[in-house]
Amino acid sequence: MPTETPAPALSDPAPAAPLGVCRDCLTPAPAEGRRCAACGSPRLLRHPELAALSIAHVDCDAFYAAIEKRDDPSLTDKPVIIGGGRRGVVSTCCYIARIEGVRSAMPMFKALKACPNAVVIKPDMEKYARVGREVRQMMLDLTPLVEPLSIDEAFLDLSGTERLHGGIPAVTLARFARRVEREIGITVSVGLAPNKFLAKIASDLDKPRGFTVIGRAEAAAFLAPRPVTTIWGVGAAFSAKLAGDGIRTVGDLQGKSAADLARRYGAMGLRLAKLAHGVDDRKVDPTSKRKSVGAETTFDDDLAALADLRPILRRLSEKVAARLKALHIAGRSVTLKLKTQDFRIVTRSRTLADPTQLADRIFQAADDLLAKEPPGPKYRLIGVQVAELEGDRLADPADLVDPGAARKAAAERAMDSVRAKFGVKAVETGLVFDARRKRER
Amino acid sequence: MRVTLERSHLLKSLTHVHRVVERRNTIPILSNVLIRTRDGGLQLKATDLDLEALEAVPAMVERPGATTVPAHMFYDIVRKLPDGAQVSLETSGDGGTLAIQSGRSRFSLQMLPESDFPDITVGELSHRFDIKARDLRRLIDKTQFAISNEEIRYYLNGIFLHTVDTPNGRRFRAVATDGHRLARADVPAPAGSEGMPGIIVPRKTVGEIQRLLDEPDADVVVELSEAKIRIATGDVVLTSKLIDGTFPDYGRVIPQGNDKELKVDRAEFAEAVDRVSTISSERGRAVKLTLADGKMTLTVVNPDSGSATEELVVDYEDDPLDIGFNARYLLDITGQLTTETAVFRLADPGSPTLVQDADDGETLYVLMPMRV
Repeated sequence: MPTETPAPALSDPAPAAPLGVCRDCLTPAPAEGRRCAACGSPRLLRHPELAALSIAHVDCDAFYAAIEKRDDPSLTDKPVIIGGGRRGVVSTCCYIARIEGVRSAMPMFKALKACPNAVVIKPDMEKYARVGREVRQMMLDLTPLVEPLSIDEAFLDLSGTERLHGGIPAVTLARFARRVEREIGITVSVGLAPNKFLAKIASDLDKPRGFTVIGRAEAAAFLAPRPVTTIWGVGAAFSAKLAGDGIRTVGDLQGKSAADLARRYGAMGLRLAKLAHGVDDRKVDPTSKRKSVGAETTFDDDLAALADLRPILRRLSEKVAARLKALHIAGRSVTLKLKTQDFRIVTRSRTLADPTQLADRIFQAADDLLAKEPPGPKYRLIGVQVAELEGDRLADPADLVDPGAARKAAAERAMDSVRAKFGVKAVETGLVFDARRKRER
Repeated sequence: MRVTLERSHLLKSLTHVHRVVERRNTIPILSNVLIRTRDGGLQLKATDLDLEALEAVPAMVERPGATTVPAHMFYDIVRKLPDGAQVSLETSGDGGTLAIQSGRSRFSLQMLPESDFPDITVGELSHRFDIKARDLRRLIDKTQFAISNEEIRYYLNGIFLHTVDTPNGRRFRAVATDGHRLARADVPAPAGSEGMPGIIVPRKTVGEIQRLLDEPDADVVVELSEAKIRIATGDVVLTSKLIDGTFPDYGRVIPQGNDKELKVDRAEFAEAVDRVSTISSERGRAVKLTLADGKMTLTVVNPDSGSATEELVVDYEDDPLDIGFNARYLLDITGQLTTETAVFRLADPGSPTLVQDADDGETLYVLMPMRV
């Protein structure tokens, strides 16, 4: 009788039996039992299609808050809110704060009403970006097919990595999550599915420290009871339109034929028909480029006067320009964003003759748009964004009529290098400096 | 009002005036064309508040009156009526609709009262002169392509018209620039233009004037002030506001000391530029010109698709030079030149280049090089 133990099923790319794995010790788990036979952990991952799925969405849990808690253990059991100023919004909050009803994007005063003992921390974007890059690097150790969505989430395509990592993608991902926890000190949630659409939904289902699998077989049934807004690209306006046609859940969509939906909603209808059944053939695209670079700020007190808004706009333009320059890109369109007292969002755009990465040009365009807004309304937020991005080879060419442009550009580059060495406030334009002095007085 | 007129007369006038009317309007009356009986005929008027077109149309007036109807719809109706038809226009008794009848076709258009129709023609015009359609048309044709679209420098969104004293006498001059290229064209200054202010005629007005000037020998009456210009030719009068701004001192832009001279067969060069730029991307179509020893090599490299080169025999004896230009701008300019040979005066790869006809005529172009 052969006495050898059965080969570990997980290293086999296409095992037939339903599979399971312990997310703590990565030991294969049998189909039965509540706890891992090896380490006793209840965190078992089981799914009939586990070996067949390779598209993942990884999302860090309460990313900014988690980093702050990691760096200051005294915060561990306190509700932590990351957000700016007396008036800003919550950008991230930890799960303890969430229990109290705090949500991200909630105005700060509401958040503090819900959770008065919360520790509020101003965001340190540089630190978060650094940690984000560490996580990104660990993803890239798994596969080159990493499509970042933001600083703390990304799609991964792990197809064909079984041999390389000695296990199916589910195991590789569980190992990855464990590594991020051990080496970086924050937790992630993983969604594993046949495609991006389902993976993204999955990662959100069991947060924090979650690992959710949605297989092909259950996709349609799983989606059916959910609201249409579950589908990426269906926002408030479109869901209202769908509701007008009696479509509220994904299930309602599943009941319609693709031809019907296409007739009614055009290309979007076709997409809906596919996504409603959990079909999504978008590839994980590591080259997927950023579409815009922007910066915005919420004021402590609502502002209406141009004299107050312009220095802030100038400062934001400089911020955007600095990021464009660092990325060696430039953009052709400038968008001004304003949020009024009653939370109405106003955007105004302008296309430039040439792509730019200069603060001066960005500010000029945004300032001109701002000047054209009718005076009166008070604003709580202002932002500026540069889009239609491309490389900076053709950016800011010399100009016949404005021979000073080249000198201004050179002056700005000189300011940049001074700032790189001595900090942002080392050199400021009169506009910004003046406003700051008045404020500080 | 009740009038009868030839469909062809009405169509010709409507073709002129309806273009002034913007497709989308927040003020309803601006979508309409004013129709009124005047001097034993009909008069049509349209405006966008910056530009106004007024045209007289021969018509048989049975009952004088005036009204306004949607311009684009009225134009479309008249356009679709059969050639050679007679059209009768009659306002209803209650002032609600205009009946348009031609053969067996009947239309009824809702009217707005003519008293609401705005008038921008008020105000004194300080200067007046006559100019041949040929001359005015030339000034526009040669410079229009260089008008800027950029909204920030709004004062570049038109053609700068002014008079200037040169060694060849007084000239009536047009200049347009978008910062990348500049076009300058002269004609002899017409009597009466002396002392006129320098004015910036907006792009839309420039286009409408250009369309009116289809008879080279026609006489055009130009009246202007610092704020407005009026152009009258044939039965049409265009009145337009001017751009309220200061045109930059373009004289500084025109290079004086460019010592390298290149002469090239204009048609050959344009074809070569067109050919090699096929490979370039949609935006930033840079073509590199390498000049040395009576030879020009045109090169385009597009990292996404490949590269192209072409060689031309040219007249160039100065130091070797590599210089890049936007291919489209080169084609725009060579398209405006008239002599067989085009003359380039160059300095270095970073400085403005002068382009002219070989006879050193009355037009001149300045082109900013691109980094290549």
